[in-house]
Amino acid sequence: MSKVFIILQANEETRSIVEAIEQDNPDAEVVHEPAMVKVQAEGHLVVRRETIEEEIGREFDMQELNINLITLSGNVDEDEDALTLTWNS
Amino acid sequence: MQIDVQTVNIEQKNQTFTHLKKRFGDKKIPSRYQEASYDLQAEENLHYRPTWAPEQELYDPNLSKIRMNDWYDLKDPRQFYYSTYTLNRAKQQETMESNFKTVESLNLIEGMPDPVLAVAQDLLIPLRHANYAANMNNTLVCGYGYGTVFTQPCVYHAMDNLGIAQYLSRLGLMIGDVESLEAAKQDWMDSDAWQPLRRSLEDLMCVRDPVEVFIKQNFVLDGLLYPLVYQRIVDQNLVEQGGSGISILTQFMTNWYLESKRWVDSVIKTMASESAENKAVLEEWIDSAANHFTSVLLPVAGLAVAGNQADELVSEAHDELLQRAKKAGLFK
Repeated sequence: MSKVFIILQANEETRSIVEAIEQDNPDAEVVHEPAMVKVQAEGHLVVRRETIEEEIGREFDMQELNINLITLSGNVDEDEDALTLTWNS
Repeated sequence: MQIDVQTVNIEQKNQTFTHLKKRFGDKKIPSRYQEASYDLQAEENLHYRPTWAPEQELYDPNLSKIRMNDWYDLKDPRQFYYSTYTLNRAKQQETMESNFKTVESLNLIEGMPDPVLAVAQDLLIPLRHANYAANMNNTLVCGYGYGTVFTQPCVYHAMDNLGIAQYLSRLGLMIGDVESLEAAKQDWMDSDAWQPLRRSLEDLMCVRDPVEVFIKQNFVLDGLLYPLVYQRIVDQNLVEQGGSGISILTQFMTNWYLESKRWVDSVIKTMASESAENKAVLEEWIDSAANHFTSVLLPVAGLAVAGNQADELVSEAHDELLQRAKKAGLFK
């Protein structure tokens, strides 16, 4: 199975988003690159709105993710509550 | 000649300040909220005791009956520090400005039925004086409370109360120019309906235990007043009678109450779970103040609705408050 990943700009806003992703995906690996953060996992990665909201202490619209999103890889399943990346196999 | 451009990632040796490292470890970079809030309280080398109260230190955790092992446990779930707070409120201010413009341009106030305007004048405009009391009470909590994560949101809360008083003043000016504000001041000073509330707020201003003031003002009084006045009387009764314009102008108060109660509840929950002694003190304060303020607000509700309906609305608000207390782990 290959890895899915999401890469965000490294800034104040994404710091808590990355923390939320880490909480929801204990197996995910976080790679800090200059000015960006890559979060990768085998086959499956989920970004949940509720967890992000707890981390940042306010309401969060999943569309806000796009402001700091550099790229992602995997089949995307997105709704108001979560964004899921998967590879079928 | 060929030049290779390479990026070299230099790991910084310190992710953060030492005091935050001690608290949260070195693995994660702390958030701006943490950097701007934790361990900022002056704790030592305070030199002189205050001349006006030599029995206490200048910043003294023993001013309250509530005991905390670490006052920094009382964090604000909204994570407000100067920047997030001002950005947030600036956005809300813009919304409110456009609400005022809408109401003005559609002449919503002039077209409103007289009984609705009378309720707005008699009930809402005098409340700006209650907001001023809340402002002073929260300033006291900020000044004499302990631990920056607890005191910092109190000064924001104080400012919010001034903001609400200003919105109410603007509403008054729209209804009846400066005469509206003068009449409301007279009501606050003389009218029978307001005297119990004014008296209770003035009594509360004399309380020196910062947490007691916090609980009675922000949890009990606001927890009864906002659901009663803004959620029920304005957003339901007045809207049904054609007063939607008023409800647009009190939108900030409704939203602000929903937002700030998350913070107040979380502070109470943390204090109550710290020790059985804390829990007993909180229960005593809340129990006595809830009964007292419920009876105080009854004549105030009577300004807008008939006697038995006022009873009903006030007791609904009282039940709602006790539900919140139960959720925070009290009265179990």
